Amino acid sequence: MEFLLFLLRRVLWSLLVLVGLSVVIFLIARAVPGDPARMALGPTATQEQVTDLRHKLGLDRPLITQYGLFVAALSHGDLGRSLLTERAVTDDIRESFAATLELVLATIFLALAAGLPLGIAAARWKDRWPDTASRLVAILGAVTPTFFLALLLQLLAGYVLHVLPTTGRLDPADPFHADITGLITLDSLLEGRFAVTLDALRHLLLPATALAAATMGQMARLTRASMLEVMSQDYIEAARAFGIPDWLRVLKYTLRPSFVAPLTILGLEFASMIGNAFVVELVFSWPGMAAYGIRTILQKDLNAVMGVVMVSGAFFVGVNLVIDLLVGLVDPRIRIRGARA
Amino acid sequence: MSEPPRLSAGYLRWYRFSRNPTAVIGAAIVLICIAATILAPWITPFPNAVKAVVDFRSRHLPPSALHWFGTDDVGRDILTRVIFGYRVSLLLVVVVLGTAVPFGAILGMLAGYYGGWVEIAIMRTTDIALAIPPLVMALAVAAVLSPSLFHSMLAIAILWWTWHARLVYSLARQLRTQEYIEAARMVGAGPLHILFRELLPNCLPPIVVKCSLDAGFVILVGASLSFLGLGIRPPTPDLGTMVATGAAYLPEKWWESVLPGCAILFVALGFNLLGDGLRDVFDVQEVR
Repeated sequence: MEFLLFLLRRVLWSLLVLVGLSVVIFLIARAVPGDPARMALGPTATQEQVTDLRHKLGLDRPLITQYGLFVAALSHGDLGRSLLTERAVTDDIRESFAATLELVLATIFLALAAGLPLGIAAARWKDRWPDTASRLVAILGAVTPTFFLALLLQLLAGYVLHVLPTTGRLDPADPFHADITGLITLDSLLEGRFAVTLDALRHLLLPATALAAATMGQMARLTRASMLEVMSQDYIEAARAFGIPDWLRVLKYTLRPSFVAPLTILGLEFASMIGNAFVVELVFSWPGMAAYGIRTILQKDLNAVMGVVMVSGAFFVGVNLVIDLLVGLVDPRIRIRGARA
Repeated sequence: MSEPPRLSAGYLRWYRFSRNPTAVIGAAIVLICIAATILAPWITPFPNAVKAVVDFRSRHLPPSALHWFGTDDVGRDILTRVIFGYRVSLLLVVVVLGTAVPFGAILGMLAGYYGGWVEIAIMRTTDIALAIPPLVMALAVAAVLSPSLFHSMLAIAILWWTWHARLVYSLARQLRTQEYIEAARMVGAGPLHILFRELLPNCLPPIVVKCSLDAGFVILVGASLSFLGLGIRPPTPDLGTMVATGAAYLPEKWWESVLPGCAILFVALGFNLLGDGLRDVFDVQEVR
C-alpha cells in the first residue's frame, strides 16, 4: 500500500514535469525570430500562400490556443512533420531512438558495473591504492572532454590495437534487422543469433566507455562517501562485534543503504549523459538521434529539433522515474517517507 | 589575564590552502591559463596565426622547437591558437557563471528563506529545467536563433542557474533557523538585510567551491558545442573547433587534434583541482 502511494506520487510528479517541459519547448519554438510559415515556404512564396499556411498551422490563433493544439497533437505522439525529410518527426525519431537507447543503457550498465565495485573497494581500503585509483578515475573522467576521449579511444582501437570496430552498430557484412525492440543486442538474443549479439556488444564497447567515463568516476566516489558514512554507524560496529564476516558486513549491511546517493545522482547525471551521447554518436558514426538532431538543427527544421528536445527530456524523466522506484525498493525508509509526505 | 595569541581567520585559511597540494596545483594551473589569456598577444610566438592566414609551405608541420604544438592544415601555429582559444573558453566561463550564479543564488535564497508558495514555484521550475539536457538545450537554441558563441552562452546560462538555486536553497533552509538570523529579525532588520547581509555571506564558501568546479564543466560543454560546429565562427581560434578540424587528419597528424584536446583537459583539470582543494580549505560538505 505504501509502495503504491509512493509510486503514484512519483508518476504524477513526472507527468507534471513533462507538462512543464512541453511549455518550455513550445515557448522556444514560438520565440523564433521571423515567421515560421515564411521560413518553411521560402522567400519566393506569395503573401497569400504564407497567410494560408499560417492559418493551416494555427499560427494566427491566440498563443494559448496554439499551445492547446500542440499538446493535443503531442498526446497522440504527433510532433509535426519534418521540413527536411518531409516525414512525421515521430517516425524519424523512432528509427534513431533505439540506437541511442541501446548506447545509453549500455553506458549506464558500464558506469555502475565499474563504478560501484571501485567505490566499494575504495571505501573498504580507504587511503590505500584502490582509494587513490578511484580518485584518479573520478578526476580524469570529470575533466576529459567526452568527444576527446571518444577520439582517443577510436584512435587506439583503429590504429594501434585493431581489435574493436570503431564505427556503427554492426558489421555491415552481417545484416540484421532489430524489429522486436529495436535493441540489436536484445533482439538478436531473442532470435537466437548469438554471433550478432557478440558483434553488437563489440561495437558498443568503445562508445559506451567514452560516454561512461565521467559518470563511472562519480559513481565510485559517491559510493565510497556514502559507504564510509554508513560504516561509521553503530549497527555496523555491532555487526563487527558479533563476528559477522567481513564480506557480508561490507557487501550486505553497508552496501544496501549506500546505494541511494549514487543512484539518485545517476538520475541527475543522466541529463548531461544524453547531451554527451550526441557527441559520442557523431564520433563513432552511431546511427542515433544525434545525427538526425544535428542535421535538422543546421537546416533550422524546427519541428524536428523540438521533437528531439522533447524526446530527450521525456527520456530523462522516464529514467529518473525508474531510478526513484529502484531507490524506493532498495531503501524502505524512503518509500515510507515518500508516501506520507 | 592575557589573551592567548590568535591567528586571524584569513591567515588560517591561507595556511590551510597553502598546505593543500590539490588546491595549490589547481590554482597554479588556473592562474597560468588566465595570465596566458591576458598576455596572449605578447607571449604567443606567432600572433598572426589567429587570423585567417594561409601559409602552405608550413602546413601540417609536426611539433618542433619553432612550432611547439606543430601547425594546422593551413600552416598556422597551433600553440598560438590554443592560447588564444583559452580566451573564448574563459570568456564563456565568466559570462555563464556571471549571469547564472547570481540569478540562481538569489532565487535559491528566496525559496529557502521564505518557503511556502515561493519555494514551490521556484523549486518546481528548477525541476523542469533539470529535465532538459544542457547540451541539447544549447542545440535547440542554436537551431532557433543561429549558431554563435553568444547564443551558446545564452543557452548554457538559461539552464545553469538551476544547480546554484538548488545548492543555495538547501543552504538557506538550514540557515534560516539559526540564532543569528533570529536575532537580526528581532532587532528589526528588514528582509533585504537578512537575505544579503546575514544569509548570503554564509552561503558564499559553497558557492565559490561550486563555481570553481562548474568552470571546468562549462568549458567542457562549450568545447562540445563548438566540436559539433555550433560554437564561435572561424577564424577565431576555439579549442573545440580545433579538435574537430584536426580529427580529419588523424592518425598521421595527431598533434592537430590531440594537443588542443589536451589543452582543454589541462584548464578543466585546473579548475577541478582548485574546486576540490577549496572544498577542503573551506570544509564544505554540501557541494558534490
